[in-house]
Parts: sequence; structure tokens; C-alpha cells
Amino acid sequence: MTTTSAKRWPFVIPVAVIAALIGAFGKRLLDVNRGDDPHLIPSVLLNTPMPEFDLAPLPGREPGLATRDLKGSVSLVNVWGSWCVACLAEHPTLMALQRENAIPIQGIAWRDSPSASLAWLAQRGDPYARIGQDPKSVAAISLGVTGAPETFVVDATGVIRYKHIGPITPEVWQTTLAPLIAQLKK
Amino acid sequence: MLIELGHFALALALLVALAQGTLPMLGAARGNAAWMAMAEPAALTQFVLCGFAFASLMHAYIVSDFSVLGVAENSHTAKPLLYKISGVWGNHEGSMVLWITVLSLFGAAVAAFGTNLPRTLKARTLAVQGLIGVGFIAFILFASNPFVRLNPAPAQGNGLNPLLQDPGLAFHPPMLYLGYVGFSVAFSFAVAALLEGRVDAAWARWVRPWTLAAWTCLTLGIGLGSWWAYYELGWGGWWYWDPVENASFIPWLTGTALLHSAIVVERREALKSWTILLAIITFSLSLLGTFLVRSGILTSVHAFAADPARGVFVLMLLAVAIGGSLTLYAVKAPAMDGGGVFAPISREGGLLINNLLLTTAAATVLLGTLYPLIADALEMGKISVGSPYFNAVFVPLMTPLIILAGIGPLLAWKRADLNGALQRLKIAGGLAIVVLIATWLMNGGDALNLAAGGGMALAAWLAVATITEWISRVQGTAGLSWERMINLPRSAYGMTLAHLGMAVLIVGVTGASAWKAERIESLKPGEYIEIAGYRVTFENAQEVPGPNYRAIEGRYTVSRDGVTITTLNPEKRTYTQPPQQTTEAAIYTTGISDLYAVIGDMDGAEGAFVTRLFYEPFVPCLWYGVLLMGFGGLVSLSDRRHRLGAARRAAVLNLVPAE
Repeated sequence: MTTTSAKRWPFVIPVAVIAALIGAFGKRLLDVNRGDDPHLIPSVLLNTPMPEFDLAPLPGREPGLATRDLKGSVSLVNVWGSWCVACLAEHPTLMALQRENAIPIQGIAWRDSPSASLAWLAQRGDPYARIGQDPKSVAAISLGVTGAPETFVVDATGVIRYKHIGPITPEVWQTTLAPLIAQLKK
Repeated sequence: MLIELGHFALALALLVALAQGTLPMLGAARGNAAWMAMAEPAALTQFVLCGFAFASLMHAYIVSDFSVLGVAENSHTAKPLLYKISGVWGNHEGSMVLWITVLSLFGAAVAAFGTNLPRTLKARTLAVQGLIGVGFIAFILFASNPFVRLNPAPAQGNGLNPLLQDPGLAFHPPMLYLGYVGFSVAFSFAVAALLEGRVDAAWARWVRPWTLAAWTCLTLGIGLGSWWAYYELGWGGWWYWDPVENASFIPWLTGTALLHSAIVVERREALKSWTILLAIITFSLSLLGTFLVRSGILTSVHAFAADPARGVFVLMLLAVAIGGSLTLYAVKAPAMDGGGVFAPISREGGLLINNLLLTTAAATVLLGTLYPLIADALEMGKISVGSPYFNAVFVPLMTPLIILAGIGPLLAWKRADLNGALQRLKIAGGLAIVVLIATWLMNGGDALNLAAGGGMALAAWLAVATITEWISRVQGTAGLSWERMINLPRSAYGMTLAHLGMAVLIVGVTGASAWKAERIESLKPGEYIEIAGYRVTFENAQEVPGPNYRAIEGRYTVSRDGVTITTLNPEKRTYTQPPQQTTEAAIYTTGISDLYAVIGDMDGAEGAFVTRLFYEPFVPCLWYGVLLMGFGGLVSLSDRRHRLGAARRAAVLNLVPAE
């Protein structure tokens, strides 16, 4: 074979790339094995202050929700809608958290009519401290909400510490959220 | 008992695959004809054994044998038969059995139909196919065994995820696997060619039909998945750039590139090592897709129950298969190339740019999909990449590709006349500009709304250019010639259909993104919503029973200008086992656009229901486009050129008496 090494090296690139990729996967797998939940990945807003918003209350159900209300204590910000099936699934968990006084839950009524939101809460119970209505996705867009329900854990200084996509089940609460919140409260 | 036989058959298949993976390989290296001849019976036996294992598993699902763990976890007696069957591949273990059954099917097909292949190439190809089988059968037997018994057996099973109880999804995985796994044949051919140290036009001609078959199945499989997401998830979206969707789309992009570069090898004996690399990479990306879906390292709505232990096994398989084949490539490929001279303005030049664009697109989608992982590995923090990234990088890459797809087929091989080609494309170009301006004006002349006009113009350009090319090929001295139409090779028709399909698909993508409308309101009986010229009146909602669910069925009357057109009956189903709710959208289609209705929850005591309506213009064009592309693949596959070699060989056999 007369090929020089200069002509040879481009052919080595693919195997080098794949070796690096497999290394990265391997590391990630080890992390997952060590209990680093892949669901932790998705939010660009992690460890940044809550974006600014000031949402009106549902008529007759004061108060509304603004960014400044999130300072002072660790809280959950829960994005929901009366149209959302999965929100119904997590509703009992939220109600239980409110009964136990575990943490203030702030609601964002997303892409919903006020009457539909109020009827939903009247029928099923209202776990929220404050609720801001966001019919035009003003807050939802700046929060990067991809669907409902989504829940943000906000610390006492108003910084987002965690984002949970999908319904909060008792299991999610016990294994993920509760330990994190206990840590943030210290 | 049958299930133990299935288990045994799979264990036997592992041994057969081991023999298939080693002996013919050694035989080819040593010139031992008897060892090489092992490959074909081994491949056929492996298929019979894997097929039996798969059938025994399917039998357990059909008769609801809950003493089998997988059946108890994923099936239920009240499920309709179709979903009992599709339940076999609705879970990780069963889907792996389907995977290797398809793999062994392709191995057996190469053994049975590859009668014109040189003996050593065929032996090596089947051996590589056997080695892939060894890896995956071992994975099933040792890390995800579907034949595990459960004692005591429960009286009833857990049931299949209701989202998966759907005809679209029943056929989506088998189709997708035929595509994914089908690319294993191109991979095996590529590795065999590297071992042989020789790639020529004949090699490309053998690989092309297998690639084409895999590509056709993958195209239809992805289309089915998208269709399912559209009508089942209840949001009217048809593509989410979800990691699992990307995992099937990336091999589609490189497979499309492979399909085009193999033509260059066949016609010009150039781009050889590149084509080999594409063949290896396309199947490697299919394997990567399997890994991503099953290891739980990326989050996705589609992911199977994540199990990192399995992830380690699949990662090792990946390292051996991809790492091994690419190392072989690094050693052998440099000596391979040297094709003819390459003029930039030529058919092969156009196909080269096509390849560069397609692989760049595949790389950007791959990067976007893996970026969260890579960033995490490099301690750059945790981030997610969403559809804005993909749309921003994908559209600029596809635009020149589509423009090129209009010009390329009109260019001659070796040295083409670009001006002449562009002359013939005057009508296409003119029409594209007319469409661009018309769409833009219809959109209100908004400077920001150029995207819709651009998309429609691209579609018009590609469609008209493709038809222009077809006309130029069938034009006789006096107008269109019937004779030429009939004599034009099927592969040419395949290209025409596939490119037309692409144009129709672009209409769908553009229209659905640009003019989708959406209303969400709470409606009492008698109230209505107006959307896109339709008036949708909520009549009532009632509870209806299903085989394994209860449903709230809404009745909506659709009228336009006071004339009733149809009624829509969306359902909200609550399944009994597992207890889960699904939305069944009701869709009224004009064939060009869809009116899409979803009924939500009861709202208050006055019988009001939350109603979601979507107006989805041009979404049907997505499905027409995919079908046209798939049909193009089939037509091209039926080209007699692919069978010519086989026929010639049969003729020779007739002349030579048996030994």
C-alpha cells in the first residue's frame, strides 16, 4: 500500500468521533446509574431568577400572581389548565400538599377562560395560594413551558431551582421534590 | 410449553448465528468453499428459529397466557385482538424479539435472493449479518428475556398503555424496524466489501435494492408514527423533534444520502469509500436510535421503561459494532478510492452536494439531539434543545437541497450543461416566483410572513422541475411518446414519484406551520365556536361503553354558511386497565385541510365541556407526500435492472449441468 499517512488520517475521523461519543454516553450512563435523574435536564432557566411577569387574578379569587410574590419563601409554581387531563391526575397530590401545609403552591392558569378555571376549582377544590391567569401565554412563553402541567421549584430568593414536567405524583413528591425543598429551606 | 420451545429456539438461534458469523468468514479468508456454503442454510435456519420464537411469544399474547411475565405486564383479556398482537412489540423485550426476527428475515432474504453475488462477498455479508444477530440475541437472552415465567400466574394482566392501543401504532414499529434493521444489509455489504478490499459498480448494484427497500419501509414507518402522534395525542401536532423521533429521522437522512451516492458508485465508480462510510453510519445511527430509546439517558415521551443495566449492554454492542466497523474502515478504505475525474457541474457533482447537505442535516439533528448529553458530559450544565433550534438549522439546509433536487436530474453525467438545464427550468422558476408572490400577498403582504411563500414556492419549483424532467425523457420527435413512457425504466419513475412526494410533503409542512388556527373554549349545549369559516356547534355529550374503556362522546355539528356539513364525535376515553385517559380526536377532512376536534373535561354543572378545535390546513398533504415517496421506492424496487443479474445467472445455470 502506498497511501501516505497524510492521506490516511481523514479515514480515522469517523472512528475517533464514535469513540468520543461512546465515552460521553458511558459517562452519562454511569451518572444515571448513580441516581442522577435524566428528567433533571430540561430547563435553560435552571438557577436563574424567575422571569418578570404580573398576572391578573381570576375574577373574584384574589390575589393574582407576580414575580415579586415569589420572594420570601420556597414555593412551587404550577402551570395548569382546566382543559388539561394530566392536571386532573396531579390535582389530588396538590390538594394533599396544601392540607399538610407542605409548601405554598402558586398557580398559573394557562390558556384558559377565567370561568372554566373557576368552575374547575369550585368543583374539585383549590390547592393554590395565589393564582395568576395567563390566557395569552405571556408568562408561559418566558418560562419556556412546553405543556401542562409543569411545576417550578422556586427558592426564597425567587430563583428557579428545578422544573418538573408532567404531573406530580406522590412518588415524584417523595423522591424528588420533597428532598430538594428540604434542602432549599435550610 | 410453547413459550419454553420459543425460548429454546432463540437459544438455538444464538448458536446458529455464532456459526453463521464465524465459519463463512473464515471460509472466505481461506478459500474454503464448504465453510462459505454454511452461510446460506445458517441464515435460513436462523430466520426459522427467530420466527418460531416470535410466533410462540405472539401466541402467548393472543391466548392471554399470564404465566408469562411480559404478557401479564402488558396485556389484558378484554383487549381487542389487534392490540393483543401489537402488545407483543409494545414493550421492550417483545420489541427486541421483533427486531431480531426482522434482522434474520433480511439475512434469509439475502441468502435466498442474492444468487448472483460472488461467493466470498455473499459469505462475508451473511457472516456480518450473523454477528449482528449474535449480539442482539445475546442481549435478549441475557438482559431482556421475554420468555420469563411468572409464578403464580395472575388472573388478569396489567394491560397495554392505552395510547398504544391504536391501529396507527400497531403497524408503526414493524414498519420502522423493517427500515432500521433493513439498513443492516447495506452495513453488512459494506463491511464485507472492506474485508474483500474491493468496491465496484456491481457492488453498488447489489446494495441498492436492499437500501431502497429499507428506505421505503423507514419512510412509511416514520410517516405512520407522525400520523399517530397527530390524531392520538390530541394537540394536532405531527412532529415534535422529540429525541426518539429524531432517532428514526437521522438514519432516514443518511439513508437517503446513501441511496443517492450508491448511484454514483454504480454509474461512475466514484465516491466509493464515502458510500461505504454512509452504509456503516446509517445502520450505526439505527443502532444508536435503539440505544437512546432504551437506555433512559435522554428524556422522551416515547421512551421505553428505562433500565441503565440494559443501556450498558447496548452501549457495549454499539462500541463493538460501530467501533469495529469504523476501525476496519480506517484501515482498509484509504486504499479504495481513486474513481474517475469529477467535474463540479455534472450529475455526480449534484449528487455529491446532495450528500453533503443531507449528511450535514443529519449531523445537525444528531447534535441537537445529543447536545444535552454532550454538554452534561463536558460539565457545561444541563440544557435542553427544542424545536426552535431544529427549525432554525434545518430549513436553511433543506432549501438548497430542494432547489438542487429540481436541477440535478436534468444534469448529464460527467460534464453537464448547466445553462441548458436552467433554460428548461424556466417554467418551474417562473411558477415558483408566481407562487411566492401570490402566497405572500394572500398572507397580507407582511414582511415577516415570507416563510410560507418561500415554502410553497420551493414545493412548486420541485414539482414542476420534476415533471419537466420526466417530460424531457418521454418526449419524442412529435410530442409525448407512449413508447418512451413505457420504456422509461421503473427506477426513473421511482425518482419522479419520490421527488413529487417530497414537493407535496413540503406543501404540507409549510401550510400546517403557517396557517394552523386553534380555539379552546368551554361550550354549553347549543353554543358554538367559529373557526376558519366553519361554525362548530356543541350538541351534547354522552357516555358510551367500549370493549375495555368508557368514553365521553361529544356531538358537534359542523356547518359552513348555514349548511350542515358533518358531525364530529370526539371521545375522551377512560381505560379500565391500566386506568388512564386518552383523547380520541374527531377529524373532518376535505382532503386538503382538516378540522380537528377534541373534547376535554366537563366544565361546571350545566353540561358544558371544554372543547379544543384546530384548523389544520394542508396536513393531509403530509400523508400524501409520504405515501408518494414510499410508492416511488416500491416502483423503483420493481425495476428489472435489480433482477437482471439474477436472471442472467439462472440462464447460465441452465446451460451448465449440475456438478
